This record gives sequence, C-alpha cells and structure tokens, in this order.
Amino acid sequence: MGINILGAFNYWVVVVLMMIGLYIVITHNNLVKKLIGINIFQTSIFILFISMGKISGGTAPIITGTNTVYSSPLPHVLILTAIVVGISTTALGLAIVIRLYHAFGTVEDDEIQQEIE
Amino acid sequence: MISSHLPVLQVIIPLIAAPICVILRQGLLAWILTTLVCLISLIISCVLFNQVLDEGVISYALGGWFSPWGIEYRLDKLTIFMLLIINGVATIVLLGAKESVADEISSDRLYLFYTAFLLNLTGLLGVIVTGDAFNLFVFIEIASLSSYAMISIGRDRRCLYAAFKYLIFGTVGASFILISVGLLYDVTGTLNMADIFQRLPDIENTKTVTTALIFFVVGIGIKAAIFPLHLWLPDAYNYSPSIVSTFLAGTTTKVFIYVLIRFIYSIFGHETVFIQEAFNNLLMILACAGILYGSYLAIKQDSLKRLLAYSSIAQLGYMLLGISLATEAGLAAGLIHVFNHAIIKVTLFLSVVCIIFYTRTDSISQLSGLAKTTPLLMVSFLVAGLSLIGVPMTAGFISKWYLIKASFESGYWGLVLVIVFSSLLAIVYIWKFVEAAYFKSPENGVSKLELNKERPYLLSFSLFIFVIANIYFGIDSSLNVDMANSIAHDFYHGF
Repeated sequence: MGINILGAFNYWVVVVLMMIGLYIVITHNNLVKKLIGINIFQTSIFILFISMGKISGGTAPIITGTNTVYSSPLPHVLILTAIVVGISTTALGLAIVIRLYHAFGTVEDDEIQQEIE
Repeated sequence: MISSHLPVLQVIIPLIAAPICVILRQGLLAWILTTLVCLISLIISCVLFNQVLDEGVISYALGGWFSPWGIEYRLDKLTIFMLLIINGVATIVLLGAKESVADEISSDRLYLFYTAFLLNLTGLLGVIVTGDAFNLFVFIEIASLSSYAMISIGRDRRCLYAAFKYLIFGTVGASFILISVGLLYDVTGTLNMADIFQRLPDIENTKTVTTALIFFVVGIGIKAAIFPLHLWLPDAYNYSPSIVSTFLAGTTTKVFIYVLIRFIYSIFGHETVFIQEAFNNLLMILACAGILYGSYLAIKQDSLKRLLAYSSIAQLGYMLLGISLATEAGLAAGLIHVFNHAIIKVTLFLSVVCIIFYTRTDSISQLSGLAKTTPLLMVSFLVAGLSLIGVPMTAGFISKWYLIKASFESGYWGLVLVIVFSSLLAIVYIWKFVEAAYFKSPENGVSKLELNKERPYLLSFSLFIFVIANIYFGIDSSLNVDMANSIAHDFYHGF
C-alpha cells in the first residue's frame, strides 16, 4: 500500500479532531459543552482547508523574484469567512443558552427535556 | 443600466433593509419596510423570470470580477423558478404577518423579528442565485442563523430549546456541506460550480469525490430534514411563532431540496452520481420511509402545527422520490411538487395561524366544533387539506399525477403503492381535524375557549390568495408544469 501515514498527517489531525468534536456534541448533556464540541468540530474543518493550500517549500504569494513556489492563499481567505460564520453560530448558541437558563433554570439537556414534557 | 444588476440587487436589497429595520426600532414601520422589500424582491424576480426566458442563462460577475477569480451569480430556469416561489411565499405571508406576529411576539422584539426575517430572505435568495460553492455555504449559514433567531423569538419558552436543537443539528449539517465543498476544491482547484462540473469527469471515480458526495448528502439531509435526519423539524415548527413555522415550511426546506438538485445536476453531474445505483436506491428508500413515517406520525398528533410538521416530512419524501427516480420525468415531478407543496403547506399553516389567532390554541381536542364559529376559515383549511391529499382540481392532484406517472415510466410499481397508501394516511390526519371541527359539538371544545374578538383582515387576505392559488394551480397548471418540464429537459439534454 502506498499510503504514507506521515504524509497524510494533516488529515489524521482533521479526522481525530472531527470525531472528538462530534463525540462531545452527541454524548455531553450540558448545552455549553455541546457548543464547545461544535467548535472543535468546525476547527477540524478549518485545518482541512488550510492544510490543503500548503505546498512544501511554498511561501506566501508575494512576488520577490527569487522564490517561484507559492502556497495557495485562497483557502485561508475562505476560512476567515468560515471562522466568522463559526463565531456567529457560537454567539447565537450561547445567547440561546443564556435565555434557556433564565427560562428553565438549568443548562442540562435532560432536565430541560423533562420540564418540557 | 440597473436592469443588468438585478441578480445582485435581489440579494442586496433585503440585506441592506435588515439593519434599517433595527434602526427603525418600531414594529409597524419595520413591517411596512419588510413588506415593501419583499414586494420589490418579488418584482425583481418577475423581471428576471422574463429575462431568463427570453435570453437564456444570465451570468453576473459580482463586483466586475469574472468567474475564475470572482463570485459568479448564475441564473438559469431552475433559479428563477425557485426565486419566484420563495419571493411569492415571503411577500404574501408577510402581508398577513402583522396581526399574528404582534399577537405572538412581545412588542419590544418585533423589529428584531423583521430583521431576522429579512436576513433569512437574503440567505435563501443568495443560496438560489449564487454560482459559487463556497458562497452557497455562507448564504446557507445566513439563512440558518437567522431562522434559529426567528424560532427562538417567541413567548413560549419551549421555542428556545427547539431553536438550540436546530442550531446544533443545522451547524453539523452546514459543516458537512463545507467539508464537501473543501474536498471538491481540493481535487478541482475551483469553487465555481460550472468549472467544478467541467473538471469532475476526469476524476469521477476517485475516493475524494465519492467522499465529498457522501458528506454533501448527509449535510443537506440534515438541513432539508430528509427522513432519518429530520429530528429538529417537528419541534422547530411546533414551538416557534406560527408565522415563522409558516414561512419555514414554505421556503427553507424547499431551498435545501433545490441545493440537492443543484449539486446533483450542476456540480456532480447526474450521470456520475446516478451511475452509482446504490446512491439512487438509497435516496429512494429514504424517501419512501420518510413518506410513510411522516404520514403515520402525523395521524398520532394532537397539536395541529406538529401534525403539519410531520406531514411536511412526508411531503419532502415525495420531492426526494421524484429526484431519486433519476429520470427527466421524475425530476420534473419533484420540482412540480416543490412548487405545489409550498402553496399547500403555506395555506394549511396560514389557516392554523388564523385558528391560533382566534382561539390561542392549536390542540385538535380543544377545537371541536370550530366550524360553527369560523366557517370560512374551516373551508380554507378543507380546500388545502383536499389539495394535500391530492383530490382532482387542486394543486396537490397535479403533483401526485406527475409523480405516479414518472414512477410508472421508470417501472417502479411499488412506489405507486407507497404514494397512494400515504395519500390514504393523509386523508386520515386531515379528516381527524375536519371531523373534530365539523361534527363534534362545541360544548367540550370551542365554547370553553376565550375567543379573540379582533378580526385579522390582512391575514385572511393572504390566506384567501393562497386558497385561490391552490385551486388555480389545480385547474391551470401550465406555469409550474411547463417550467418544471423545461428545467428537467435542460438538465438532461443540455441548455
């Protein structure tokens, strides 16, 4: 098999982080922790994007006349946007959690569900 | 001059109006502004509709940067078809929204509701017009974030939990779509949909493309509430302010079905996707399971909004069923149902909005004998209900007719049985409320409730428009059927 584990190092990081994030979202009962899980999950995607733009030996795309290999800057720009989206999601999520806390007096998933039923 | 910028104005006008709404800080003014913006948006989409029909595909370079570098807005027939649905539903629903919204949302938050509404409209319209895969993700998130806010704005504290649940589900779904876009960018080096479509055939059977497809289908499955991934939908529709449920039922899920079609036909290419029989069959099985499951659970509900939410899951199954047939007729049938279901479900939900406005409850057991107090309202619910079931002369019949025809043509007899059987189930759950309202005595029901003395004239007017639309598109279906057929023809035989 030609799969080079070290060569695909970045993808391993991505997959491990993604699974940690999803695991937190699924298993944790605390709504704030769920949001933290979502954040870890999103971070893994950011790494996926950023690492795919890297070329070994490549530099920032500034024409100096000497170096001719450039890393792609586009994924970084995309991820700036995705980070903004992620922050908005977290902010909105936390705002809803605060209102949930005021309304139910708890941020535990199962306790809120009990109150609803 | 300005007519060449219409594609971007479609998105920009609601976006600019949203912060103005915040500045106005006054419910009535915000409502007037929002309705005006929706109306302008509808007019723009009508103009674009004619432009595209006359001149063919419109490509708009955002900021003058052409497609490999800049973001391209691309309007073909499918785009304008969806624009018309979304703008039509938004305008007419909003026209009637004032009374119900003032009733269900505390007055100091009214302008925030309209702001969120405008942002949601921006997101939905952006998703439709954009020709750039990453831009699509951003617009999806604009639409989703504002809909979480809209759901959580009501007085009922349970809406907060529904919004949070939707936020977690929705974010995971959007992230999956983002992964898919990332993988596609990785292998093709472009984010422009048309360019990806051109470059994918060379690398068709690589694992990266398959993985991208899987991530995309799961992500869009969550967003569009396709059967096993629908768990957020019943709560979100049930506990949110009723106008919000109406708007979400009529637009959001339809737009995500559009995204599914767009990715299958304009990015992955239907030949590459549907060559993989497994994928095709998977969608079909999920669609059938969703149809039966949604209809079955709808029967068991006592809350009208929840009943309609489960019915929505079933109806989404029909759209998916059409798409999963992977034929020209199947795609057309799916699109016809997208159009018709938007009308049917909004009519049903608007009737429920009226019922809640009068009686402050949507529990079927408390509403027995309603037909004696509000006969006209019940007639409109009945018309929409018949349309949902698929009785001839109503819009629902047209969808079911084309769906069944497409299933026959593909040789799937079992699907016809599923469609007919689930129509029977639809009769049961619509009948459940109709029986309670018409044939049960009001003594244990409506008589005990304190009825609202006010009359929601604008709301009744919007409801009236949709009831007429239900019947009109059942008799003269040339607009939606011809459009859907020509869209499907374009996808299968080239533009």
